[in-house]
Amino acid sequence: MVLVLALGDLHVPHRAADLPPKFKSMLVPGKIQHIICTGNLCIKEIHDYLKTICPDLHIVRGEFDEDARYPENKTLTIGQFKLGLCHGHQVIPWGDLDSLAMLQRQLDVDILVTGHTHQFTAYKHEGGVVINPGSATGAYSSINQEVNPSFVLMDIDGLRVVVYVYELIDGEVKVDKIDFKKTSTSNSAP
Amino acid sequence: MYRDTVLPRVLEQIVNCRDAIAQYYLMDCIIQVFPDDYHLQTLDVLLGACPQLQPSVDIMTVLSRLMERLSSYAALNAEVLPYFLQVEAFSKLNNAIGKVIEAQEDMPILSAVTLYSSLLKFTLHVHPDRLDYADQVLGSCIKQLSGKRKIDDSRATKEIVTLLSAPLEKYNDVVTALKLTNYPLVLEYLDSETKRVMATVIIRSIMKNNTLIATAEKVEALLELISGLINDLDEPQGLEVDEDDFEEEQNSVARLIHMLYNDDPEEMFKIISILKNHILTGGPKRLKFTVPPLVVSALKLIRRLPVEGDNPFGKEASVSATKIFQFLNEIIEALPNVPSPDLAFRLYLQCAEAANKCDEEPIAYEFFTQAYILYEEEISDSKAQVTALQLIIGTLQRMHVFGVENRDTLTHKAMGYSAKLLKKPEQCRAVYGCSHLFWLEGHEAIQDGERVLRCLKRALKIANSAQQMTSAARGSTGSVTLFIEILNKYLYFYEKGIPQITVGTVESLIQLIKNEESMTSEPSAESFFASTLRFMEFQKEKGGAIGDRYEEIKV
Repeated sequence: MVLVLALGDLHVPHRAADLPPKFKSMLVPGKIQHIICTGNLCIKEIHDYLKTICPDLHIVRGEFDEDARYPENKTLTIGQFKLGLCHGHQVIPWGDLDSLAMLQRQLDVDILVTGHTHQFTAYKHEGGVVINPGSATGAYSSINQEVNPSFVLMDIDGLRVVVYVYELIDGEVKVDKIDFKKTSTSNSAP
Repeated sequence: MYRDTVLPRVLEQIVNCRDAIAQYYLMDCIIQVFPDDYHLQTLDVLLGACPQLQPSVDIMTVLSRLMERLSSYAALNAEVLPYFLQVEAFSKLNNAIGKVIEAQEDMPILSAVTLYSSLLKFTLHVHPDRLDYADQVLGSCIKQLSGKRKIDDSRATKEIVTLLSAPLEKYNDVVTALKLTNYPLVLEYLDSETKRVMATVIIRSIMKNNTLIATAEKVEALLELISGLINDLDEPQGLEVDEDDFEEEQNSVARLIHMLYNDDPEEMFKIISILKNHILTGGPKRLKFTVPPLVVSALKLIRRLPVEGDNPFGKEASVSATKIFQFLNEIIEALPNVPSPDLAFRLYLQCAEAANKCDEEPIAYEFFTQAYILYEEEISDSKAQVTALQLIIGTLQRMHVFGVENRDTLTHKAMGYSAKLLKKPEQCRAVYGCSHLFWLEGHEAIQDGERVLRCLKRALKIANSAQQMTSAARGSTGSVTLFIEILNKYLYFYEKGIPQITVGTVESLIQLIKNEESMTSEPSAESFFASTLRFMEFQKEKGGAIGDRYEEIKV
C-alpha cells in the first residue's frame, strides 16, 4: 500500500495565511510516500514545508507560482498506475471534464490530477480517473464561489486505488472515499 | 513585630554602614530570607530605604528580585491577590522606582528599562485585568526615556523589546495590547531596525493566536505599530536589508492582511480603505507582496455585499460593488510601475471575472482592456505570453456579461494574439483554444458553430504549415500530436451536435492522421491516437443519442 498525497492551490500568502491547523496536524511526516501538487503554492516556504512531510515531492506550475521552473505538466508511475499532473489553467474551458479527458489521453495516464478550480472532483470515465483535490487552504477562487479547504489522499494497492477526500466544512474535517479499479489490460500501446 | 521593630532597625544599620557591597548583600538577604507576606506588609518601609542606599548599589537587581518574588507569590496563591490591592503594592512599587531613578541621575537607560520591565511583569501577573496599571508602567517608562538622548545601548533596546513583548505574551491578544495607550509611544523610541523586529513579534503573536482584528480603528492602530514594516519613509538610504529577510517580513505582512476582517460590509470597506492608504506608502519593493492579499480581501467583500434588491439604500449605500471595483483599480494600477506587470495582468483578469458575476459589463470590459494593454506592452517573453494567453482565453470563455460588440472586439484581439505567438505549435493550441470562445454552455447567445469551425480549420492550417516546416528541416516532430489534439476538439464539438462539424470533417481528419502516422513514427502520438479511437468506441457503446452520433463515424 502506497500513500500519495494530492493537494494544491494553496495561494499562500496571497489568498490565505496558511493551511488550516486541523489539516496541518493530520499531515505528519513519514507517513506518506509521495506528494503530488497541482501548483499555486505560491512561495518557497510552502515548498519547503511540503518537503518536510515527504521528500518525494512533484509539483507543476500554477499561474501564480513564484518559482517559474516548475514544469507545465508531469507524469510519473506509482505501482501499477500512471499518474499525470497539470495545474489546469492550460486546459480550456477551465474545469471542463471532457477537455481534461483529452489531456489525459494525450499524457496516456490512468489518473490525471489537476487543480485551478478549487473544487474537489473525482470523475471516472472509460479512459481512467480525473481528480481535482481542490484548494488545501480554501483560497478564494473567481471560478468557484464556495470554497472549502480540501485535499486528497490516494491509497494505491496493486490494481486498486482508494481515493480519500478530506474536506473542512464548518470547522469539522469530513472524509469521503471512492474506489477505483484498473482493468488488468494495459492502456498503453501494444 | 517584624514590621515595627526588626525591619526598621535592620534597615537603619544597612543605610548607615554606607558600604555598597554590604548594602547590596544585606538587602538581598532580607528579600530572600523573610516570607513574602511580610514583604507585602512592610513594602513602605522596605522601599523607603532604597533611595537612601549608596548610588553604586545595584538597586535594579534588588528591586527586580523583590518584584519577582512577589509575582511568584501571587501566581502560586491566588487568594492573596486582593491583599495586594489592599496594600496598594503596585503604586508603592511604581513610586519607589520613580524615586530611585530620580535619586540616581546617571543611571544607565538599561537599568531604568529593566526596572520597568520587572514592574510590568509584576503587574501582568498580579493584576492581569488592570490595563490601566500596565499603561501607567509604560507611561512612567516613557517619561524616563524622554529625558535621555537616543538609545545607543543594544542591551537597552533588547530590554525594551522584552518590555513590549510581555503584554503580548500575557494577553495572547494583540487587541488588548492595543488598548494600552502608551504602547505605541514606547515603540517610538526604538530605531528602525528594532521597530521592524518588534513589528515581526507583534505579527507573530497575531498569527499564532489566530486573532482577528475587526474594527477600522484597531486596524489603524495596529498598522501604526508595525509601520516599520509597511512604509518606506523612515528608512535611511543605503540601509542593507537582507533579501531573504525582507521577503519573509513582507510575506508575514501579507498573511497578516487576512486577519483583518469584519463580517459587516461597511466596516470591512473601512478596513480595506485604511489598508490601502498604508500599503500605497510602501514603496515599489513591497507592493507585489501587499497588493495581492488586499485585492483578494476586496474581491471577497464584493461577494458578501447584499444583493441590490435587498438593500434599502439602493445605489446610495456607502459600500457598493462599483465602489469596490474602483478601489481595486486604484490599487492594481500601482503594480505595473513596480515593475510587476504579470501580477497586475493576472489581478485584472480576476477582477474581470468578479465583475462578470456582478453583471457589470462596462467594468468588466475596462478590466479586460487594462489586461490587454499589459499583454501588448509588457509581456514579451514568449513563455510568459503562452501562459498569459491561456489566462485571457480561459477567462474570456467564461464571460457571459458581454454584449455582442464587446465580446467580438475582445475575441478578435485574443485570436490575433494567438496567431502571433512565437512558435507554431503554440499558435495552433491557442487558436483551437479560441474555438471555445464561440461556445458557452448554457448561453445560447454565445454559441456560434460557424466560427467554432473556422477556428478549428485555422488551427489545422497552422498545424499543417508547422509540419511542412519541420519535415523540410528534419523529419519527425510533434505535429502529428497537434492533428490529434485538433481531432479531439472536433469530437468535442461534434458530440454537442454542432451542425457545422460534419461526419465528413471528422473522417477526413482521421484519414489525414492515419496517413501521417504511417509516414513518421512517434510513440507518444501513436498512443494518443489509439486512446482517442478507444474513446470513440466507448462513446459508441454508450448508446442513445451520443452512441448514434459516434456510430456514424467510419474509422
